[in-house]
Amino acid sequence: MGRILAIAIWVITVASLWMFLSHRWWFPEAISEHGPSVDRQFVITIIVCGIAFAAAQIGLGWAVWKYRDSADKQRATYSHGNNRLEVVWTVVTAVVFISLAVMGQRVWASLHLHSAPAGSYQIEVTAQQFAWNVRYPGKDNIFGKTDVQYIDDSTNPVGLTDTDANGKDDVVGPTLVVPENRPVEIVLKSKDVTHSFWVPQLRFKQDLVPGMAIHVHFTATKVGKYELACAELCGMNHFKMKSYMLVLPQSDFDALVQLGPADFQTKKNQLLDSYQLPQY
Amino acid sequence: MAATATSTNQVVDAVIGGGGSRGRNGNGFRKNGGGHGDDGLHYSPARYRLGIWVAIASIVMLFTALTSAYIVRMASSNDWTPLRMPKVLWLSTAVILISSVTIEISKRSLQRAKDSQYGMWLTLTAMLGVVFVSSQYAAWRNLARQGVYVATNPHSSFFYLFTAVHGLHVLGGLLALAYLLLRTRKRRETVEGELRRVGAAEAATVYWHFLDGLWICLFLLLFFWK
Amino acid sequence: MAEAATHGEVHRHPAPTSFIRKYIFSIDHKIIGIQYILLALTSVIIGMIMSVLMRINLSWPGSHIKILETLFPQGAPGGVMTAEFYLSLVTMHGTMMVFFVLTTAPQGGFGNYFLPIQIGADDMAFPVLNMLSFWVTFVGFLVLCLAIFAEGNATVGGWFSALGPAWAGGSGTVGPIGGWTGYPPLSALGKVAGPGQGVGLNLWIISIAIFCVGSLLGALNFITTLLNMRTRGMSLMRMPLTCWAWFTTAILALLSFPVLLGGGILLLLDRLAGTSFFIPGGLYVSGAAVPQHTGGSPLLWQHLFWFFGHPEVYIAILPGMGATSHILSTFARKPIFGYRAMVFAIFAIGMLGFFVWGHHMFMSGMSPYSAVAFSILTLSIGVPSAIKTFNWLGTLWGAKIRFTTPMLFAIGFVSLFVAGGITGLVLGQTSLDFFFHDTYFVTAHFHLVMGVASIFGMFAATYFWFPKMFGRMMHEGLGKFHFWITFIGVYAIFIPFHAMGMLGMPRRYSNFGEYEFLKNSHGLVLFVTVAAIITVLVQIVFYFNFIWSIFKGKKVANDNPWEATTLEWTIPSPPPHDNFAGIMPTVYHGPYEFSVPGAPNDYIMQTEPEGAAVSAGLEETSGNGGNGHKH
Repeated sequence: MGRILAIAIWVITVASLWMFLSHRWWFPEAISEHGPSVDRQFVITIIVCGIAFAAAQIGLGWAVWKYRDSADKQRATYSHGNNRLEVVWTVVTAVVFISLAVMGQRVWASLHLHSAPAGSYQIEVTAQQFAWNVRYPGKDNIFGKTDVQYIDDSTNPVGLTDTDANGKDDVVGPTLVVPENRPVEIVLKSKDVTHSFWVPQLRFKQDLVPGMAIHVHFTATKVGKYELACAELCGMNHFKMKSYMLVLPQSDFDALVQLGPADFQTKKNQLLDSYQLPQY
Repeated sequence: MAATATSTNQVVDAVIGGGGSRGRNGNGFRKNGGGHGDDGLHYSPARYRLGIWVAIASIVMLFTALTSAYIVRMASSNDWTPLRMPKVLWLSTAVILISSVTIEISKRSLQRAKDSQYGMWLTLTAMLGVVFVSSQYAAWRNLARQGVYVATNPHSSFFYLFTAVHGLHVLGGLLALAYLLLRTRKRRETVEGELRRVGAAEAATVYWHFLDGLWICLFLLLFFWK
Repeated sequence: MAEAATHGEVHRHPAPTSFIRKYIFSIDHKIIGIQYILLALTSVIIGMIMSVLMRINLSWPGSHIKILETLFPQGAPGGVMTAEFYLSLVTMHGTMMVFFVLTTAPQGGFGNYFLPIQIGADDMAFPVLNMLSFWVTFVGFLVLCLAIFAEGNATVGGWFSALGPAWAGGSGTVGPIGGWTGYPPLSALGKVAGPGQGVGLNLWIISIAIFCVGSLLGALNFITTLLNMRTRGMSLMRMPLTCWAWFTTAILALLSFPVLLGGGILLLLDRLAGTSFFIPGGLYVSGAAVPQHTGGSPLLWQHLFWFFGHPEVYIAILPGMGATSHILSTFARKPIFGYRAMVFAIFAIGMLGFFVWGHHMFMSGMSPYSAVAFSILTLSIGVPSAIKTFNWLGTLWGAKIRFTTPMLFAIGFVSLFVAGGITGLVLGQTSLDFFFHDTYFVTAHFHLVMGVASIFGMFAATYFWFPKMFGRMMHEGLGKFHFWITFIGVYAIFIPFHAMGMLGMPRRYSNFGEYEFLKNSHGLVLFVTVAAIITVLVQIVFYFNFIWSIFKGKKVANDNPWEATTLEWTIPSPPPHDNFAGIMPTVYHGPYEFSVPGAPNDYIMQTEPEGAAVSAGLEETSGNGGNGHKH
């Protein structure tokens, strides 16, 4: 029994490691400035995990193989432990784990402990049950005031007031359009329940919490069309709360945001159709 | 009573812990290893005391959770309208403070084997408890007359919540006092029974003091903490 | 005077004679323990059926299931599950499993049965309270089951709808939609937020609040019993590691359940009394503004919930760790390696568990600075976890392993604990959560470590203690068959979850067909479904073995069939009403004295008098490794 168990444990170990090593199921391509750092940190972590996992499972298999009961054997070793060993493995794991923890804060710090770089383009994203409302400030670069009284899901989803002139050129639509290689600052809000902004290629996720305006920033680095999903359970149609993120070359983007609301929508829809989703 | 003195030591021993490798015997637990094995008693009054302290720990956590909610909610919003404190709460506070004194006297009477005094002070405590609950209820009525209800504003929500949850615990305390009044006024036949009687009274006293202290904290939090 | 008064050795409560007092409203900790185990065995069937339904829906969307059509004509019209039906399955699967399986069986079940016996007590400190804690928990279970039908069945839903709009039922789900975490405002707004948010959510909160009370009563009893009722010679450092695990678990439950209870009360008030603890102002839900609420904080609930939720993970797994240590040592015929380190590690895990709740909330919008602190504390919890793993391997090193079914499951526990726990290093890092938060990577992590590993601990405990509980052995052949398929099966289910996580697959999606980036997952999803169905079916063998063995299993040859050392093996199987028949045992040794050189047997019972042990050449056995290495 001991040998079969050892072999089973080893086979499971190899299969589990293969799943990661084969790269058959791997991240989609990273398209943000911080994305490659996230991937790198993951690779470092998963190597540490893989070594620890393999060592523990191989050791476990080895123990059940070698120390299985056999008739000729003397008694088991009488030992209550070894304090020196305890100290060694406590210190070693503590050093490795804490180092990983510290390294694991780098990207986080760059995105969350620093405010958006100067020159970031501001966009506002308001989530609601099963839809995304992305608002661009328009030509004046100033967002108009909003008020819940003005909300109408079909004509005025974010509730732009009709008194504020700054809001006249604001554009609201489901698609998030961002420039390539220019930082964007996004203000995340929610009208009803908690949602989560999730674009796998961006390596970025952030909850949108009603009652809060959460400021985040990132820089997209590759032109293209990507899927935007909700990652926090928000009700029955959570699974199809879908939209797109479009990363445009700087010049295209600048041209787009100079357009008035109606032209903006037409142009954006043309662009949306002209780009393909990445091959998966 | 000697028995109560040892019971305290038992708790202390049990709580502090120790033991281990210093020889096969004498591990720090009353020369053997804890438990109640060596006096042959099945009943140990330490059990009630320990139990009540453990219960208090969990009640403290409940109120800690609600208090942190209170503080977070107070800091995170601009819809906080402080209540006008119903004056009757001063009565509540005075009454529960006095009841702490009376229950302490009652317990000490029991420990000095003065049974009639024990019963008298216990009855007085229970009556004060009833007055406290009524006075809290009067405070609710007072607020309701002002048109302040649970959902009126966050401060009123917390006020009703805190007084209700505390009040439920006081009602539990009153049940315990009722039990003591009905079942522990007569001296018991056996040593074990007597220990149980004293143990129950001691545990109820600890709990009652706790309710008193808890109310003072809540009172300060609700109306004097800015 | 004490001597004279009490030497009658009367049990604190006499053995009951009527059926109801003996088996139903029993105050005997052993009966209560079995009741808890039966409750868990029932809940786990419901939880597993729900998981199979979820898998069917994910792999073969649109499949017709006749029985669903009959039971839930609205939730599954024509027997096809709707998205909201799926999400309510997610919620109820989680709630059922976390609360009524992983919290009841390990602690309320085996803890109740064996903690008093292992410390040499005749019962729990407060037997009546113990009975209450079970029946309160049971009421919580009934309320949760009621939630299934109050939302799923139009008739039952109608009864509740009569109570008012906040209690509207019959919306065609099998409970609320909210996940087991029930984040507001979704969970606080009421039926306006969608199906399942009426009576289903009310009953869900009430069920959990009742469960909290039951668990608190239990925890109170465990702590007092352990501190107050250890028998002569049973010092803390001579307790079996199971007792340490149950003790630590009880402390965690005692301090964390009140917080959930408090949160539950606030949530219920938001729903029913119109308060605004968690609901902010200015909401616009389902086409209408929500003017009656202002200023609440959704994050407040998350803090309260996870302050409970993280210790809850350890409440589920610590008893499994205890049972594993106990069983590994017994069948390795070797003292546990580093007893003291094990005790400190279990305590360290428990206490650190109170300071890491924020790692569930990196993406929630809480302060990014506190996220850094939570992240570092989270990875430090890996240290005591690693210490435990090393010590388990150390226990097996140089052993003489007997591969009984409980031992196989205990070894399986170690393997699964490593596999599941190690990915905590990934998920605990703030930067990596940008990608992995709320993906299947998380689902993989916690199912392996908190779900499956804990359950393996409980399987090991069941096979190990069954002969003591029922006086008969479970069938070894069936047990081994059960082990092999389950062991391979759970890996086959949960390792591919990591791969789905790598693709970015979000949790709690009732369908993956909407997204191009998930299209490579079809094969994985199907593979997992097949593995899950096989693994679930094999559990029938376990249930059969369990029930068959109670009546027809091989009778135990003696009181100590496994040649173990602790107190439960000194008494008859099943134990008499007051465990030790009025004669309190005296303990002379540590709990894991196996293969002591020179001793006549390869194990020394804890009750074996000193003289015998000393003459056998044993110098010092209560130290549990205090003196370190002794080869």
